Order: sequence, then structure tokens, then C-alpha cells
Amino acid sequence: MQTINFLKPNRDNIKNYSIIGSFLVLVSLIDVISNAFLKINLTSFLPGSLTTLFPLIIGLIGLNMMRIDYSGNKTLDLLNKNINTNNFNALLTLLILFSIIKALPQSLSWMIFDATISGDSKDACTGTGACWTYIKVWFRRFMYGMYPNEFHWRINTAFILVIGLGFVGYFMKENLKKYLALYYVIIYPVIAFLVIYYLISGGSFGLQWVETGAWGGLSLTFIVSFFCLIFCFPLGMIFALGRRSNLPAIKYISICYIEFWRGVPLITVLFMSSVMFPMFLPEDFFMDKLVRVIIAITLFEAAYCAEVIRGGLQSLPRGQYDAAKSLGMGYWKMHIFVILPQALKLVIPGIANTFLALVKDTPLIFVVGLAELAGMLALAKTNPKWLGFAMEGYIFASIIFWIICYAMSKYSYNLEAKYKTER
Amino acid sequence: MNNIIKRYIPQILVILFVVLIFGFLTLNAQTNMDNRGIDFGFGFLSQESSFDVQFSLIEYSGSDSYARAFLVGLLNTLLVSFISIIICTILGVIIGVARLSSNYLIKNSAGWYVEFFRNIPLLLQIFFWYYAALRALPMPEKANAWFGVTYMTVKGYYIPSMVWENLNVFLYCGLAAIISIIVLRNYASKLRDTQGKQIPVLLYSVALLIVLPLLSFLFGGVSLEFQIPELKKLSKISYIYEGGISLPPELIALVLALSLYTSTFVAECVRAGIEGVSKGQKEAAASVGLTPNQVLKLVIMPQALRIIIPPTTNQYLNLTKNSSLAAAIAYPDLVLVFAGTALMQTGKAIEIVSITMLTYLTISLTIAAIMNWYNKKIEIKEK
Repeated sequence: MQTINFLKPNRDNIKNYSIIGSFLVLVSLIDVISNAFLKINLTSFLPGSLTTLFPLIIGLIGLNMMRIDYSGNKTLDLLNKNINTNNFNALLTLLILFSIIKALPQSLSWMIFDATISGDSKDACTGTGACWTYIKVWFRRFMYGMYPNEFHWRINTAFILVIGLGFVGYFMKENLKKYLALYYVIIYPVIAFLVIYYLISGGSFGLQWVETGAWGGLSLTFIVSFFCLIFCFPLGMIFALGRRSNLPAIKYISICYIEFWRGVPLITVLFMSSVMFPMFLPEDFFMDKLVRVIIAITLFEAAYCAEVIRGGLQSLPRGQYDAAKSLGMGYWKMHIFVILPQALKLVIPGIANTFLALVKDTPLIFVVGLAELAGMLALAKTNPKWLGFAMEGYIFASIIFWIICYAMSKYSYNLEAKYKTER
Repeated sequence: MNNIIKRYIPQILVILFVVLIFGFLTLNAQTNMDNRGIDFGFGFLSQESSFDVQFSLIEYSGSDSYARAFLVGLLNTLLVSFISIIICTILGVIIGVARLSSNYLIKNSAGWYVEFFRNIPLLLQIFFWYYAALRALPMPEKANAWFGVTYMTVKGYYIPSMVWENLNVFLYCGLAAIISIIVLRNYASKLRDTQGKQIPVLLYSVALLIVLPLLSFLFGGVSLEFQIPELKKLSKISYIYEGGISLPPELIALVLALSLYTSTFVAECVRAGIEGVSKGQKEAAASVGLTPNQVLKLVIMPQALRIIIPPTTNQYLNLTKNSSLAAAIAYPDLVLVFAGTALMQTGKAIEIVSITMLTYLTISLTIAAIMNWYNKKIEIKEK
């Protein structure tokens, strides 16, 4: 008859240990799952607090028994190595598993099984779950703001055109490649501005004028972040070069500029653009609020851009400068043909991160009364016909922003990895 | 000659350009203000503010001056930043260490935590907590007590307040404890360097910290009472808690959002710092015979901290600047009280916005200066 040694696993009773251990873990998992999904308490015969702790204790004992070094079983070894190296790790593993299992049924039923999406008024939402009808009805508002419904094609066309023009660089002929920088820094912004101005704003070519006050939703987020990015990049480059200049006046003016904008929060900059800036404009000169906000964010982000570019300039070895100088190149020649092409390649990931921060900052324009996505949500939330759906709205907006930002951050990681290996 | 021209002409042109821009703007501002009959000046700061602030750390009422309103706002900003910095540091260190765990589940949950909270705009997070999550809390009369004495309600979080007697004696005792700990530490390190003796400093320090304040209770006439919030009926349907301290939901939402958001960045700093210490250091330390705890304390941490602290301070600065988003949910911080309400009332746009910006700038530059000094101090001195 085989005796089971409960004190220590050895070569003879590995099997017993692993079987008993996995059985105990299984029991604890089944207990939690039945509790969460079927609302059955299998251990109701136990006294109060022991019922809740039961799966944890059983699971811990099970994992402890399963912890056998070099058991010979591949799955078991992998499991032990990854989630079960010591008692503390086993406890954390169980806690994480249990909390996932506990949270799953509630959130799933709220978001999917009990949720409503049919109908087109608040009355359709009678269930206990989320009311996606609200998102469905307001979807166009969230995307395009108060822009008239029949003109939404104009925004879509403008975006497609701008994105298409952005990809032109990929298809350029080899002998035109040297004008690529010129294209992206000067020609592209101008064309993009004209496209957006004439298509979205309208007023000519038989298109009806839509004032900027009606722009909004996610499209406004894109417009603002797009313009701020293309304008802040050249400006940042100027200040980065200025900060590294050996002419004291230029150097200190650049430092003052950069440190000033980096030291103040964006929200005060936006306040400045909306209440203080009009005071500084000439009399009878009107500047649209959206334009003022774009200028403010551009000036603000340019300082961050400058610091990123300066990092790239600094990381270039001195030899590059010396070599360029020894060929008799002047300041501008050296920078345009030798330094900047290398430095800018280095800072692409950093610029991508700045852009990411910029996109995350754009909802702030809500504070000065421009209704992009966060602003539209605030508007929809206070609509008397649709009271009480703040949760759905913010979850929807969070998901959209999360997808955009996550994709961008993954892309910038890839860029970083790509340029790291090339050096 | 050629050199001089090359050196000075660009500088003079740039300075001229900057001066021209500033001159143009000032001129415009002057004409505009003349036209609207506004005069420039900071005299309004001593005028009566005649608005009320719903949450303030110091005594404040409508009859106080604008300068005091500014102080109220500034203190509120500093309060929310301070609490959030503490919470985000604790969370960030835990998550950062968890990302390096050997446990697959822990590593990945920490990774997803970072990816999740980092990629949602802070403003949306604040709105989510304030308008969606905290609104789902129970009304005061239906709230359950947490730990028996605190109440989490839709109107705020009520915690017991402390009523002190002879608080100054207690504070002196605390101060004495801290000073004696510093003296003890110096003495211990001297003893270790000269005689090689180890004193359990930590144990003594904890004992000092507990015993000295305790003595003040026994002999110094210090007493402490807790005032527990109690439910009070205002009218038929309206209830409120009285006594204790009430933390408004704005503050809670702000602290939650700020600390969760910033903790992801702190976690990344911590992870980078620990990963930045080369493996050889750890192995070398172990091979000299240090215990794992000593390796962590004497070899890994000092080097990791050198990498961690500068970017983390930067995150703290960002947090302080981000706390200005409070204005979006009407938490009375510097921006809302001063650049919002006070500006609306006085119409002194230029003065008020400049003061607000200068305040943030001062905070940022001070912390940056301290950081530079600290960096110079802890920098590895290579010969």
C-alpha cells in the first residue's frame, strides 16, 4: 500500500502531490466561478468570514503542493515558473484570478447582455445595463459637433484628402525625394490648411459657410491636433537651434521662451488665449477663437518640441560638427545638410510622444468653450431628454481616445525600436 | 571686422524683432484698455472680493480681499497636488516593481494598468470619476459606515476630525524625536566607519518616534479626541453630516484621476531605474557576501534612485500643472478661484492671467532649481 507523505514531495509521490494540488486549485476556482456567475455559494455551510476565505485558503494549499522543482511535467514546470514561484506569488496569482472572475460577470452583463441599443429615445432603455442607444442617437454629434448633418461629407472628404496628401511622400519618385522635407514642412501644411479651410469652413465654391462655433466632436480634436503638430514642429526646430546657438542674445531668448511655456499649465495658456489675447490685438481686428486656441497650443507645444529636438542635436557626436566645418560649410549649410537630417531621424519617436501628449491635451479646449468630444459629452449629459447617461458617454469617449492613443504609442515604440537598430 | 558683423548683426536683429513684437502688443493693449476704460494696476488685490469659495483650508469669506482669495486657491492647488503626489508615488512604485515581477499574471496586469490609464486623456478621467463614478454613491442618509466612522456619500467623504489640546507640546515632541533620530543616525554611521559596529538604527528610530509623542500624552497634558461625523436632518428629504471633516467629491475625483494617471508614468520611471542598474552590480554585491536585503539597500537602490528621481520629479511637476484641470469640475483651485471667478468680477484679464501663470512658473522653476542642485549632489563623481 502506498503511503502519502504530506510533509515533502519526493520522487516517489510527485504524482500524488500534483494531482491533489491541482484538484484543490480547481475546487477553489470552481467555488469562485459558481459564486460569481451562478450566484451559488457552495460553501454556505461554513461560518461567515470563512466562506469568503475558503477558496483562497484551499487554493494556496493546492498551489503550495503543486510547487515541485523539476517535476518532469512540462506544463507543471511552466506553471510553477510563471505564476507559482513562492507563497507570496501564489497568493497574488490567486487574488488576481479571483478579482478577474468576480468582476467579469458584472461588467459583461452591464456592457453587453443587459444593455440596450435598439430604439431611438430614452424610453428604450429600461434594462439594468448600459444604454448604448444614447451613444447611437448622439453618435453624429460626438463625431462632428453641431456641424449641420447634411454637410458631414465635407468633413469626411477633407480628412481623406489630408491623409492622402500625407502619404504622398511614400509614392514620390526617387529623384524628387530630396524635396521631401520641403514638402512636409512648407507645402503640405499650406495645402492642408487650404483644404480644411475651403471644405470644412466653406463660403466659396458654392459651399455654404459654417462658422467655427459649430465645429466640434472628435473631428475638431483631429483638426486642432493636426494643425498644432505641423506648426509646432518648425517653430520647435528654430528654438532648439536657438538654444544651442553660441550667440548669447539668441540663446537666452530661446531659453526664456522654452522655460516659460514649459513652466505653465496648458489650461492657463488657453485662458490667456481666450481672455487676454484679444486685448493685445489691434483695434477692430477680429481673430476667431479656434484660431487663437490653435496659436496658443502651437506656441505651448513648440517649447516641448524644441526640447525633444535639442535632445537629438545633443546626441550627435561632436565629430559630425567638426567634419562639416572642416569641409568649409557654414552654419546653415552644416545644419541643413549634415546635422538636422541625422538629428531629426533620431527624434522621431520623441516627436511621436509629444504628439501623443498633444492629442491627450486637446480635450482641454473644452474649458474655453470649444465643444470637442468632451464638450459634446457635457452638452449631451445635460440634455433634459437624456439625463443620467454620463457613464456610457464617458466610457465611449474613453474607449475612442484609448484606441487612438494606444495605437500611437505602439507605433512610436516601433519607430524607436526601428531607429535604435539602425544606428 | 567680418567676424564682428557675423556675431552681432543677428543678435541685434533678433533683439529688435522681440522688442518690436512686445512694443506692438503693449501699444495695442494700451489702446484697447483706453477704449474700454480699463486701467492697468494691481490695486484690485486689496479690494473686497465678495464671492464665496466652497472649500478652503484657511478662513475665508466674501469680505476678504482678492489677495486672500488667491491664497485660498493656491493652498487648494497645493493640497490636491500634495495628496496626489503621495498616492501616485506609492502606486507607481508598486506597479513599477510589479512590472518586473517573475509572475506572469502580475507582470501583465501591471502592464495593462499602465497602458490603460496612460492612454486616456486626464480630463476624461476626471470627468469619469466626477460625473459618472462618484455620482453612483449613496445619498447621505443611506450611506454605510466604513470602518464604523467614515461615510462615503454622493456629497463627499466624511472623516472624523481630530480635536487637540496642547497641540504645540505634541509637535515639539515630534520635532525632538526627529532631531534625535538625525543625531542617532550620524552617530551610528560614525561608529560604523570608525569601529565597524552596527547599531539597529531603524528600530531605535521607530521607538523614538513612538515613545516621545506618547510621553507627551502622558505628561504634557496633550489630549486627542475624535469628532465623528453624525447624520443630521436639514429638511424632509435633505440630510447632511455634521462634525468631522468633509472632503468634497471634486477633491476626491481630482485626486483619484491625477494619482492614477501620474502613477503610470512614475511606474515607468521606477521600472527604467531598476532595469538601469546593471546585473553585474547585483552579482558583484552578492559575491562579496551581502545578504539579498543588503544588496537591495546598499547597492541597487542608491544607483536606481539616481536614475529614478529626476524623471519622477518631472512627473510631480506635471501633476502640479495638471491639477489646474480642477477648473473643469469646479474644484476651487488657483485657476478656478483666481483666473475664473476673480477675473469675471474684476475684468483685469492681463493682470490676473499673468499672476496665475507666474505662480505656476515660480513653482516649476523652484522645483527645477532644487532638482538641478540635487542632481549635481548625487552625481557620480568621476575623477
